[in-house]
Amino acid sequence: MFTETPFVRTKLRQERVAQTVFGLMALAMIVPLLLIIGYLVVRAWPLLSWDFLVTNPTQGMRQGGIWSALLGTIYLVGISLCLSAPIGVLAAVYLNEYAKDNWFRRIINLAVVNLAGVPSIVHALFGLGAFVLFAGLGRSILAASLTLAIMTLPVIIASTKESLASVPMSFREACWNVGATRWQTIRRIVLPNSVSGILTGVILQVSRSAGETAPIMFTGAVFFKKLTEGNLLAYSLKDQCMALSMHLYTVTTQVTNAPKALPFAIAVVLLGTVLLVNTLSIALRVYLRSRKKW
Amino acid sequence: MTTDAKIRVSDLRLSYGTREVLHGISFDVPRNQIFGIIGPAQSGKTSLLRCINRTVDFAADARVTGGVWVDGENVLKVRNVHDLRRKIGMVAPLPVGLPLSIYDNVAFAPRAAGERSRSHLDGLVERCLRQAALWDEVKDRLDSLGTKLSGGQQQRLTIARALSHQPEVLCLDEFSIAIDPVTTMRIEDVLKELQREMTIILVTNLVQQARRLAARTLFLWNGEIVELDRSEVIFSAAPGNRKTYEYVNGIFG
Repeated sequence: MFTETPFVRTKLRQERVAQTVFGLMALAMIVPLLLIIGYLVVRAWPLLSWDFLVTNPTQGMRQGGIWSALLGTIYLVGISLCLSAPIGVLAAVYLNEYAKDNWFRRIINLAVVNLAGVPSIVHALFGLGAFVLFAGLGRSILAASLTLAIMTLPVIIASTKESLASVPMSFREACWNVGATRWQTIRRIVLPNSVSGILTGVILQVSRSAGETAPIMFTGAVFFKKLTEGNLLAYSLKDQCMALSMHLYTVTTQVTNAPKALPFAIAVVLLGTVLLVNTLSIALRVYLRSRKKW
Repeated sequence: MTTDAKIRVSDLRLSYGTREVLHGISFDVPRNQIFGIIGPAQSGKTSLLRCINRTVDFAADARVTGGVWVDGENVLKVRNVHDLRRKIGMVAPLPVGLPLSIYDNVAFAPRAAGERSRSHLDGLVERCLRQAALWDEVKDRLDSLGTKLSGGQQQRLTIARALSHQPEVLCLDEFSIAIDPVTTMRIEDVLKELQREMTIILVTNLVQQARRLAARTLFLWNGEIVELDRSEVIFSAAPGNRKTYEYVNGIFG
């Protein structure tokens, strides 16, 4: 019994090889990430301080902090998400829960998938044409946020639809069988059991829009803007603003004699903001998962 | 034709796209009886039930003609399908515990119908769980999740939920395929009790189950009625149609 035939030995060897290869790939994914973060933090170390966050750039951006850029990014991301998250989630609920499987729904689904794959620079040009010029918003926070919202919308719709579809069909049928309307079913069963996935999808878009330079470059972001330090309401919607991603680009390419650590410090702040938001989203997901009910 | 029919199906045709699955069938379901429907897979049993409670509407390409009359009203023409579905309880083949507490599972339908009174709901939940022979097992943990119950318990929970909107007709679609024989027998006892209060349509793959429970049995095959008669006749040595005899005795399948 249990003798090792050559076939079994080959199989076991294949198993070991497969596990090793897959394991190495997983490791290969983590290593660059750690290296990037480590490298950035080491290079940025001399500049990192609380003051760096809450003071404005001075001396042609060679000194001071990055407050105006940080605040600009917060404005852009916050406003764009306030626009795209509700529209995207509601649209996805319609598409997944109400729409009949006909040509209309298929066209929308096709549009969503394709829009999600459009490069950000194309969205930037669309934003320039539609919001800045046609709608007459000019280069402003509003125009830039709208552009970011248009960019994130299809991804939010796609991820929300995915989460909704993960709720088993049998739950819906059970509800319909006892006379519940579609909305009652969505409200009581579908949404409570997909909210963690929906929120994760939405929050992931924070990092995406915070990191994008192209869509805001033409539509509202500027190299430099004078601002009151530490004031959270310093920008108005019609203003142009600075943004971290744009600031990083500017400092690296346009400003001579900037401190060596400055671009790295900006990158650390950008990365830190994104990681902070992602951590919150993961914590939220873990919390909501723990209440998962089947 | 019986005079006191709870449900009268007349020339019911159902097609999904170009494929017709029910070819114009007509029969009466008498009041306060268990009415058995037997037939092999793909014979249209489930589709028939879906016409009665109008969940057939959810199939985008379904086309229904003919009539399904419940208490003299053609349900195919009913606009308020939600009230219709409350009048007709439906138990699916696989147990579905909603991801809610046991209490909320049973209270779901009355709440969806607008019932808010906690004391009324309490009484209703207890009565339905008792009727479904589940009360004694869960009465101390009504707050725990319905999805955590065992398969047999979840099927009884499903039946309790179907009873919670006080239906006049209860349709059971192969309710016993996912549960053990002991639980099946308990539920069968429950059904014998329930037929005093409501009309029951029992779709089943287990020929013996129909023989045990149903007063009348319909043999459906490929979307057509082969035979409909009192169960004694259907399950006798000499039913009206030779196909019935062969199916009941497992000679073809």
